[in-house]
Amino acid sequence: MTVVASVGRSLLGLEGISRPALEHLLARAAEWKRAMGDGTLKPVLGGRFVANMFFEDSTRTRSSFEMAAKLLGAEVLNWTARGSSTSKGETFLDTVRNVSALGVAALVVRHTASGCAQLAAQAVDVPVVNAGDGTHEHPSQGLLDAFTLLERWGRLDGRTVVICGDVLHSRVARSNLHALRTLGARVVLCAPPTLMPAGFDALCETRHALDEVLEDADAVMLLRVQLERMAEAFFPSAGEYARRFGLTAARAARMKPDAVVMHPGPINRGVELAPEVADGPRSLVLQQVANGIPVRMAVLERACA
Amino acid sequence: MSGGLLFRGGRLLDPRHGVDGVRDVRVQDGRVAAVAPSLTVPPGAEVVDASGLWVLPGLVDLHVHLREPGEEGKETILTGSRAAVAGGFTTVVAMPNTRPVNDAPGVTAFVLQRAREAGLCRVLPAGAITRGLKGEELTDFGALQAAGCVCITDDGRPVMSAGIMRRALQWSCQFGLPVMVHEEDLTLSAGGVMTEGLRASRLGLRGIPASAEVAMVARDLVMLEEVQRARLHVAHVSCEASVRLIREARRRGLPVTAEVAPHHFSLTDAAVEGYDTHARMNPPLRLDRDVAALREGLADGTLDAVATDHAPHGVLDKQVEFSRAMNGVVGLETALPLTLALARQGTLPLLRAVEVLTAGPARCFGLPAGHLGVGAAADVTLVDPDERWTVDAAAFESKSRNTPFQGMEMTGRVVQTWVEGRRVFARARKGRQG
Repeated sequence: MTVVASVGRSLLGLEGISRPALEHLLARAAEWKRAMGDGTLKPVLGGRFVANMFFEDSTRTRSSFEMAAKLLGAEVLNWTARGSSTSKGETFLDTVRNVSALGVAALVVRHTASGCAQLAAQAVDVPVVNAGDGTHEHPSQGLLDAFTLLERWGRLDGRTVVICGDVLHSRVARSNLHALRTLGARVVLCAPPTLMPAGFDALCETRHALDEVLEDADAVMLLRVQLERMAEAFFPSAGEYARRFGLTAARAARMKPDAVVMHPGPINRGVELAPEVADGPRSLVLQQVANGIPVRMAVLERACA
Repeated sequence: MSGGLLFRGGRLLDPRHGVDGVRDVRVQDGRVAAVAPSLTVPPGAEVVDASGLWVLPGLVDLHVHLREPGEEGKETILTGSRAAVAGGFTTVVAMPNTRPVNDAPGVTAFVLQRAREAGLCRVLPAGAITRGLKGEELTDFGALQAAGCVCITDDGRPVMSAGIMRRALQWSCQFGLPVMVHEEDLTLSAGGVMTEGLRASRLGLRGIPASAEVAMVARDLVMLEEVQRARLHVAHVSCEASVRLIREARRRGLPVTAEVAPHHFSLTDAAVEGYDTHARMNPPLRLDRDVAALREGLADGTLDAVATDHAPHGVLDKQVEFSRAMNGVVGLETALPLTLALARQGTLPLLRAVEVLTAGPARCFGLPAGHLGVGAAADVTLVDPDERWTVDAAAFESKSRNTPFQGMEMTGRVVQTWVEGRRVFARARKGRQG
């Protein structure tokens, strides 16, 4: 069965998107970044509306999409939905249909349920940009991470990127896995056995200790570990987790000299990432945040074209 | 009427009696009076020309959800009966997870009353194992059986407490009531919505490991060995390892029977791709090796019956995020061609394919159905084995449309259905094929 990665101009996920299509989007992002730098931005979406529909809390992604839309000249309709627990499904589709009927140019949708962006895209004629659906994908994050690495290295071919942490619950990991592999990188997933998605060893290399792959890595991308997962016994304690999967200063010292460290945020300082590493010279964390804007400009431009 | 009825010239497939050949079947007073290669037409008898058709014993489904009482918007005993006879089923066992739950004789009596009013197929109620399906207190098995229940089950939910389950097996012995089990360790399925594996991981959907089912099958087989004379029936087996455990238990002579749903032997988790909520059910669609094992289980007799787990749901229950969608699919109107497909593909001998829809399920619960020997109730399903048709859920007799087989082409279709010598379904036909 074919993978529906984008319905028309929607961006639902990065799985199945071709290398030329990814490279085209990233090249547009680079142009937007240049235009931001030299003050030559054009309001290509002037007079149009982009709806930010966040059914799940988010600060940085929502702000980033909002800035991207405004820099393109669009108005932003911020829709914060508080779905009822019993009929969230109906409410979600109804809400999406209603907002689309307002005549917006694109819907930016975040939701706690995997597949929601696709559900929305099938229900309306307006392009849908997935801003994170459950534990499925977070394509704009995957793109901005690829963009940040490309900016640093020029090409990803032959580079090793280690994605480390709660891969099971991470849409960021999935989007990065697909995009980085498509762009030629070797991706290694590193997670405790309880937090490694079943079957992913058929897709890429998998490891159960950061020390096993640390010295191989050109980049280590740490994922946020949610401490509430302890209630379901995914890991026994923050300490036990950090001893095998935390990027400490001592571990960072053993990385290749020019290897970099990334994190999609928000960081649990001292759990998955030591403060001195997060703020140290290897860290690309703030570049990732900054690059989110031109990347999302390229995504919105494509959606509203 | 008094002259009876003669099904003439059809190919009779009666696995219980080992018959596969052209036979006439004479019916008198609702019962089979004679079966022979050629019978004379008694004076005044109605003749049903069955030439070119297959004559099957009326099909038996051990596992349907008719939703009445309580969820009549999804299905009623009348609409469910219509779906049953349109699919060739003349006997169905109605699950107790209604509102209220069928955990008391009054509810059983209500179901039987509604079934009589519908007057189409035999609707045999299943009673609950525990009050309110809560898994805590046993129901009155004896009273439920006296009211008409043919088995007890908490279907839709497992009996999580091994202690309660053991008592249920012990108590059931007194009545010879089969205990039908929905095998799912809830601490392992833990909110999962599809089978665990690469596809669930890719889609970001929480996986249900096979062990959620298999561990419970193992638990109950161990207890069955300790509890003499209980009869265990494993509902909707979906995993390779469950088939293996049941096969081994039967080799050792344990009184366990088992059923499999058509969707589980026809589809894999690939059907979930695109977040299709019509591919969401519990147990979930599994992997290729599970499908292969289920087919092998049907072939070697480990699995006794095909049972649909017909589970009607409204559009609003399915047009939602995958993780919020209701579990279950309708199955009564597609089960026969899906099972016959196994014979056409060479997975099962034809008589075996018919057996798992007739004598097989009847034997699981000791039902006097599923065969056309002299004296048996004249429950007959006439099938055009060559008719090709495309599944169109909008044309279902069921009130609900939630099928994962929408748009698929099927071969073999029910033409007429008879219960006790009375025609309860006839499909308008385009023309006869020789």
